[in-house]
Amino acid sequence: MAAEVMLMNEIEATAAQMGIDMNIDFSSIQLPPGENCGIISDDDDVYHDDELEFDSGFGNVIVVDNLPVVPREKFEKLEGVIRKIYSQIGVIKEDGLWMPVDPETKKTLGYCFIEYNTPQEAELAKEKTHGYKLDRAHIFAVNMFDDFDKYMKVPDEWAPPEIKPYTPGENLQKWLADEKARDQFYWTESFVQWSPMGTYLATVHRQGAAVWGGANTFNRLMRYAHPQVKLIDFSPGEKFLVTYSSHEPSNPRDANVRVVINIFDVRTGKVMRDFKGSADEFAVGGAGGVSGNSWPVFRWGGGKEDKYFAKLGKNMISVYETETFSLIDKKSLKVENVVDFSWSPTDPIIALFVPELGGGNQPARVSLVQMPGKEELRQKNLFSISDCKMYWQSNGDYLAVKADRYTKTKKSTYTGFELFRIKERDIPIEVLELDNKNDKIIAFAWEPKGHRFAVIHGDNPRPDVSFYSMRSTHNLGRVAKLTTLKGKQANALFWSPGGRFIVLAGLKGFNGQLEFFNVDELETMATAEHFMATDVEWDPTGRYVATSVTSVHEMENGFNIWSFNGKLLYRILKDHFFQFLWRPRPPSFLTPEKEEEIARNLKKYSKKYEAEDQDVSMLLSEQDREKRRMLKEEWEKWVSEWRRAQEEEKLERQKLRDGEASDEEEEYEAKEVEVEEVLDVSEEVLSFEE
Amino acid sequence: MRPILMKGHERPLTFLKYNRDGDLLFSCAKDHTPTVWFADNGERLGTYRGHNGAVWSCDVSRDSMRLITGSADQTVKLWNVQTGAQLYTFNFGSPARSVDFSVGDKLAVITTDPFMELTSAIHVKRIARDPTEQTEESELVIKGPQGRINRAVWGPLNRTIISAGEDAIIRIWDSETGKLLREADKESGHKKTITSLTKSADGSHFLTGSLDKSAKLWDTRTLTLIKTYVTERPVNAVAMSPLLDHVVLGGGQDASAVTTTDHRAGKFEAKFFDKILQEEIGGVKGHFGPINALAFNPDGKSFSSGGEDGYVRLHHFDPDYFNIKI
Repeated sequence: MAAEVMLMNEIEATAAQMGIDMNIDFSSIQLPPGENCGIISDDDDVYHDDELEFDSGFGNVIVVDNLPVVPREKFEKLEGVIRKIYSQIGVIKEDGLWMPVDPETKKTLGYCFIEYNTPQEAELAKEKTHGYKLDRAHIFAVNMFDDFDKYMKVPDEWAPPEIKPYTPGENLQKWLADEKARDQFYWTESFVQWSPMGTYLATVHRQGAAVWGGANTFNRLMRYAHPQVKLIDFSPGEKFLVTYSSHEPSNPRDANVRVVINIFDVRTGKVMRDFKGSADEFAVGGAGGVSGNSWPVFRWGGGKEDKYFAKLGKNMISVYETETFSLIDKKSLKVENVVDFSWSPTDPIIALFVPELGGGNQPARVSLVQMPGKEELRQKNLFSISDCKMYWQSNGDYLAVKADRYTKTKKSTYTGFELFRIKERDIPIEVLELDNKNDKIIAFAWEPKGHRFAVIHGDNPRPDVSFYSMRSTHNLGRVAKLTTLKGKQANALFWSPGGRFIVLAGLKGFNGQLEFFNVDELETMATAEHFMATDVEWDPTGRYVATSVTSVHEMENGFNIWSFNGKLLYRILKDHFFQFLWRPRPPSFLTPEKEEEIARNLKKYSKKYEAEDQDVSMLLSEQDREKRRMLKEEWEKWVSEWRRAQEEEKLERQKLRDGEASDEEEEYEAKEVEVEEVLDVSEEVLSFEE
Repeated sequence: MRPILMKGHERPLTFLKYNRDGDLLFSCAKDHTPTVWFADNGERLGTYRGHNGAVWSCDVSRDSMRLITGSADQTVKLWNVQTGAQLYTFNFGSPARSVDFSVGDKLAVITTDPFMELTSAIHVKRIARDPTEQTEESELVIKGPQGRINRAVWGPLNRTIISAGEDAIIRIWDSETGKLLREADKESGHKKTITSLTKSADGSHFLTGSLDKSAKLWDTRTLTLIKTYVTERPVNAVAMSPLLDHVVLGGGQDASAVTTTDHRAGKFEAKFFDKILQEEIGGVKGHFGPINALAFNPDGKSFSSGGEDGYVRLHHFDPDYFNIKI
C-alpha cells in the first residue's frame, strides 16, 4: 500500500490543530507580477531621473574637473591628452569634447565636458578616471553632468534631519523559541534563499534583492537596490549580502559583459563596497556556476565573524577585510598560477592550490596561508597531478586534498588523499590511498563536527562506500579505515548535521535509492527509495531528511520527509516543484562538553518530550475519530435519502420495465452448479517390474 | 488472487461493461472489435465484427440479449449478444462516443463528437423490441455543450440525461424536452476534461473522473457535490464497488507522455479510495500503460481494468479485501 499522500489543505488543517501557524502570507512573498513587482521602490525618484537623462540626453555627459589651467597655445596639447585618456574607455561623440575657455584670459577654466555615445560608457569613464592622477597637482574629479543638477538642488541652508522614533525590531529568531523545537521548511516555485543562520529569507527581484523575516508573519525587513540582480550570497555570519548582476554590453563593439557586484550591510541596507568590471575579471579560475562565472565570486572567511572575503584573480588572491572594505595591506596575495582556494570554515586560513607547471618541472602545490598576516603555515608539493579538490571539515580541524595523479604512463589517473590536521602542531600531513588505487572517487564527505569521512569509490555501476576515521583506536594521530560497504547504489553522501548518521543516496541515474546508515554502529538502519529523487537535504538538527524531486523532471515532482532512521513520515506531491530548503539554525550556544553531557543523559531529557509527543498524537487521533464519525453520519443521511427516493419511484420503474418485478431481484444471488463432464476414458495395462 | 490477463485486443482498451448477472464482460477497444468474455475465468466467448473504427463504448440490455456499441466509424450498432449478429446500424455524421440503455431498455442515449462543421450532440433513439421494426429516427437531439461529450447517461426513471465532457461541466437535461435543468457549480466542479462517468448500482449518485487529477461524487437528482477524491495522475476511468464503500480510479500520465522510463513513473495503478472518508486505501499495479477503462462486477467480488497496453486484467478480490478497516 502506498504511503499516505498528504494534501496541502490536510497539512494546514493538521497544523492548525497542533497550533502551528501556517499563515505566513506567502502571497506577500510571491510578489505580484509586473515591472516593479508591486513594490514602489524607494529609488523611484532616481529611476525617474534616469528616464529624464535619456530624454534630455545628458546622461552620457561627464564633467572632468581639476584639469590644468593652460594658456591658449597649450590648449591643443591638453585636449589631445584628455582625448587619449577618455577615448580608451568609450566612443566620444563627434564634437563631444568641449573645454570652455575664459573669454578674457583665453586660458582654460580647468574643466571640460565629454559626451559619450551611451550613458553606460559615461558611467564607466566616471568610475575609471575619478581620482586619476595626471600629475601631482592635478587629480581628476569626474562627475556625471546630471549629478550637477542634483548637487545644485541641495538647499543652501542646513535643515536638521527628522529623527525617526525608534521602532523596536521584531524578534527575528522567534521560531527558535518554539517550545517543541519544530523545524521549519519552505518550498518555492521561484528563487529564494535562507540566510546561513536562518534569520532571513532573501528573494530576488528585478530591481534588487529583499530580505524577509519576523516573529509571526514574514515582513520585508530590508531592500537592496541592485537593478537586474541575478545572484545573491550571504556572508556566513549574515552580516553582509553580496549581489551580482551582469549586463549585456551597450556598445556592440565592446564584447565584454559588464558585471556589477555590490556588498550590502544586511541590517542597514548600506552599500559597503561595489565592484564593477568586465565579466572576465570575475571569471578567473573556478568552473561551473552561472554564465561561466563561479558563484559566489567572493568567498567569505574567518568563521562567523565575517571578517574577510576573498576573490580569485589572475596570479593572485585578493583578500579584503570588512572593517575597511579594502585589501589587506592594500595589496593582493600574489601566487603565481593559482587556480583554486578555499577558506577554512572557522579560521582565517586560506588553502590554495597551484597546478603543475612546465611539464612537471615545477610540482603542483597546496599551501595554507594565515590571514591577515599572510604567513604560509604549511605547504606540500605534489607530483604528476591532474586535478585537485579541497574539502574542509566543518570545524576546520581537517583539510582533505583529493589529488588525482597520473599513472606512470600518463594514460590514466588514480586518486589519493592528503589529509592535513590543521589544529595540531606543525600541521602534520598524512597520505591516504584507497585499497584499490585505481578506483574512481565518486563522492567525498566529512562528518560534520566529527573525525570521520566517507568516500564513494569504484568504477562499476555499484560502487563501494568506505568510512575512515582520523583517529584510529590505537593512535589518535593515524587515519584508519572503519569499514567498506560493497556494491551500493549510491552516488552522493549526505551526513547528518549532527554527524553519526549518513544517507547514501543514489540520485538521478540510480532512481533515488536511499540507505540510512549509522556510522557509530556501522549498520544500515533502513533502505528506501524515493523514485527519481534529485535532492537530499537534512534538517539543521539532524532529525529529519527531506528528499525531493524538483522540476528538472517532468513527473513525480514533490518531496518526502523521512526520520533520521529512514521512516517515511510524509509524502507530498506538487507540480513544478522547484526547491526545498530547511530553515537553517544558528550554531548552538552550548559548549561541546555540555552537548556531550546531554547526549549521555538523553533518556532523562527525552522522557519529557516523548510525553508531549504522545499527547499530540492522542489529540490528533481523537480529532480524527470525530471527523470520521461526522463524515459517516453525513453519508448515512444521503443513503437514507436515496433509499426513500428509490422506494418512491419503485412502481414507476416497474412500469418502465414492462412490469418486470422489483429491485430486490437486483440483489445478486449466486448458485453453485456442479457440472461433471466425462472427457475421455481409457484403459492401460502397466507391467510391474520386480 | 493473481489477476487474469485477458489478451484479445490489439489496440488500447476504451471501455468495459459487465452484464447484469455479472457472468459476462464486454470490452471495447480501438481495434474495431468488441469482445465478450466469461467474467469468471477470463475465457474469450466471442467478438462482434462489423465496425470499421475504434469502438468507444457499449451497453448491454438487462436481459443480456442486446448489445449496443458506439464507434468512431460514425455508427452505433445493435447486436445479438448470443450470436454476434448485427441487428441494426444507426448512421451519424460524426464519431459516436457514448451509448447507454435506459431503464427498460426502450431508449438509448448516444453522444456524437464534433466533426467537420457538426457540433457535438446528444441523441435519444427509441429501441424497438423487434429489430426489424427499428428506425433511424431520433426522439430528441440536444446540442449546446462545447467540445466532445465523453459520456451521457440516463437519470432516475429516464426523466433526465446527465452529460459530461471536454468543457468540464456536468449538465442535467430534461429527456422529454431537451431543456437544460441543472449545471454543476463551476467553483466546486472539475477544472479539466471529464473523461468518465459511472452511476451507482441504484442510480442515486454517480462518480466522474477528470484530467484535473480528481474524481467527484455527485447526487443524481440535485447535482450536489458530495465527495472529491484527489490523486496524482489524470483520471481516465472510474468505478464504484456495489458491495463496499470503495471507489476505484484509473489513469496515468497522458499516453503521449509515457516515456521510456520505469513503469513506476507512470502511476498506472488502479487506486482504491474509501468512498466516505475520501482516503486512499490501496492500489493495484500491473498495467504498463494508462488505465482507460474500469468496471466492477455487479457482485462486487471482482473488477476488471483495461489499459492503453491492450490488456484487460481481471481481478478477483482476496478474502482480506472484504475486511479492510481504516
